[in-house]
Amino acid sequence: MDLTAFAETVGTEGPVTAVGGRTQWHVGGPVAAGAREVRAPEGIVEYEPAEMTVRCGAGTTVLEVDEAVGAHGQLVALPDAVGATVGGVLAVGQSGIRRLGYGPVRDVLLEARYVSAEGSLIKAGGATVKNVSGFDLCRLLVGSLGTIGLLGEVLLRCRPRPARSQWYAGEADPFAIHRALHRPTSILWDGTTTWVLLEGHPTDVDDQARRTGLTPVEGPPAVPTEGRRSLRPTELRRLTGEFVAQIGVGVVHLPFPVERPEPARPDLHRRIKAAFDPTGRLNPGRRP
Amino acid sequence: MDTRLAADLRGALAPDRVRVNALELDLYARDASVISGRAEVVCFPLTTEEVQAAVRIARAHGRPFVPRGSGTGLAGGAVPVGDPVVIVTTKMTRVLSFDEDDRMAWVEPGVLNLDLSRAVAHLGLHYAPDPSSQQSCSVGGNVATNSGGPHCLLYGVTSAHVLAVEVCLPDGSLAQLGGLDAEPPGYDLRGAFVGSEGTMGIATRIAVRLTPDPPSVRTLLLDFTSVEDAAATVSAIIAAGYVPAALEMMDAEITRAVEDFVHAGFPRDAAAVLLVEVDGLPAGTAAAAQAVGEIGTAHGARTVRVAADEAERALLWKGRKSAFGAIARIAPNYYLHDAVVPRTRLVEVMGAVYEIARRYELVMMNVFHAGDGNLHPLIVFDRRTPGVMERVMAAGEDIITACIEAGGVLSGEHGIGLEKRDYMPLLFSAADLDAQARLRDVFDPDGVSNPTKVLPAGSRCGDLQRVPDGAWI
Repeated sequence: MDLTAFAETVGTEGPVTAVGGRTQWHVGGPVAAGAREVRAPEGIVEYEPAEMTVRCGAGTTVLEVDEAVGAHGQLVALPDAVGATVGGVLAVGQSGIRRLGYGPVRDVLLEARYVSAEGSLIKAGGATVKNVSGFDLCRLLVGSLGTIGLLGEVLLRCRPRPARSQWYAGEADPFAIHRALHRPTSILWDGTTTWVLLEGHPTDVDDQARRTGLTPVEGPPAVPTEGRRSLRPTELRRLTGEFVAQIGVGVVHLPFPVERPEPARPDLHRRIKAAFDPTGRLNPGRRP
Repeated sequence: MDTRLAADLRGALAPDRVRVNALELDLYARDASVISGRAEVVCFPLTTEEVQAAVRIARAHGRPFVPRGSGTGLAGGAVPVGDPVVIVTTKMTRVLSFDEDDRMAWVEPGVLNLDLSRAVAHLGLHYAPDPSSQQSCSVGGNVATNSGGPHCLLYGVTSAHVLAVEVCLPDGSLAQLGGLDAEPPGYDLRGAFVGSEGTMGIATRIAVRLTPDPPSVRTLLLDFTSVEDAAATVSAIIAAGYVPAALEMMDAEITRAVEDFVHAGFPRDAAAVLLVEVDGLPAGTAAAAQAVGEIGTAHGARTVRVAADEAERALLWKGRKSAFGAIARIAPNYYLHDAVVPRTRLVEVMGAVYEIARRYELVMMNVFHAGDGNLHPLIVFDRRTPGVMERVMAAGEDIITACIEAGGVLSGEHGIGLEKRDYMPLLFSAADLDAQARLRDVFDPDGVSNPTKVLPAGSRCGDLQRVPDGAWI
């Protein structure tokens, strides 16, 4: 299916909901009953390693994109649960556990072609890494849960794959480790154990690992997915109970659901929704 | 002159911070572009409350307002159109707080970019976006234009370094967009505001992310006998999997001008030089520096000079960042363009750009962020030469067209402002522009915040054609 066919499928009337890999389907509340399910185009459209960008259908899985760019020593910094689609992780907008090193999901999307509530194909952003041509609709789309437009095709920024990538773990103060290391890729903490992902030149990785006193492990801990809380990085010190926290970032992964707070000035958010989807047909019921 | 407007502003701010005399209005009639407008009154608030008061008074008198930082913008974004109240943030210069553990700071919009980095230097932190004008441009202005700079190749442009913005909306109310926590709820209004060029309100406080200083830095100067070899080296470095902190190119003309100005030892006979900086941990930095040198040599670099110490590094950067001062020795006026093309099209587009300069018999130089394909063709001229402005503007239009045809965009870091507003349809369809206009309307339904900027008239479906009177080039 191409983009035009996707726009025709979305059409101009009636409630619709975009379905990806359903790996984070619970985020933002249930979709109103009766919404018609639509799926975005799949497949890689264009990949030029020297540009460090990849263009793909929003229905492509993150793993497929990662494999394609990985063959050229690159990666896309998106959370990569099995089956998750690129459009899905962008619409949800929640970063994976490597955010400390690679930045938030919103910085990965360079250009989007999406279907508007009126059924039109709209381009947002541009094909280059650096671009300030007009207003930044791409950042508005990331995390919008498909409530202001349905992603059809996206251009993503790639990064070089590090020469070495190794997890370490042990009992140590994660905040002290954050201060001692230069740009680690991830620091996770469950209140007792600290896990650190170090990446880069092998000599640097070994040297940084020695500073932490941690020992190499297979990988990160199992991260609970039922709930998620967003804090200032230093507020993580006060955490108790069962959790896995991203040190230096402020995301807390929890084994129970958490109500998302209301944004400040909810009137502005309501006006965004009303401006882009006046009839409320895009993913009705979802609240970003 | 509207004396009641000025009197109301004086009452709300202070008599000496509201200016209406002709000379001062002239100073604020333009920014660093070649475009001029006309301000009705210029005011200098000190606090968020005074910004709100100025906005409300402007509206009560039926006037638009124009936010302005240091006025270093190159696209006419701060040029006053429609006899507005110009609200200048240059007296709001306090770094309000910083948090070493959260690696962030709250600053007022008038804080200068370089002053912010200096204020946190003792913590081993800095503010990463570093426009060439960083000694004089303000953080508020950087937010308005989503500014870049040489080191944005690795670290990302302004939007990646702004956590939250307190904004005075065009109705005079306050809103905090974004937050200090990792994933603020709702739509990313912070992301929408950054780069909106003053059309969605005025930033009154900004929470910025601070970046740890790299433990190790290597700065290299590579010298080439052809622009093509230099450009091919840029592509080869990226293709080999290295993303340097900065990857800058200067062509022959600008290299000579800079060397005559700063005496940093730049080769006066080079066709092009690359200034490359790699940073990070020591082993990775050393390996990257070596690889960059080898790739350069393989592509015909005559010499690879590695800065021996911090003083030499600072001197090389001083050369790069004072390029626009250096050209004042050649001619009194310049027109600096800003366009981005895919990196792989750099050689071809540069050739086209030089050809355009030849066709219009103009002196053109290039000093730019080659690593992100961000070209800065610089036309140097004397405004007093009869007919020269027409040739400069025509050449500019041809450059924009050439970049768009190569798959590029209109601006990489300077913004659209007035300069490129009417070229937006080259990049966006009517439906695309309508979507951007809807976003603007959410913040500014009455079109009073920096009116006529960014979006061409008629962008909103059903929009009335508004002619920006008072603006001329």
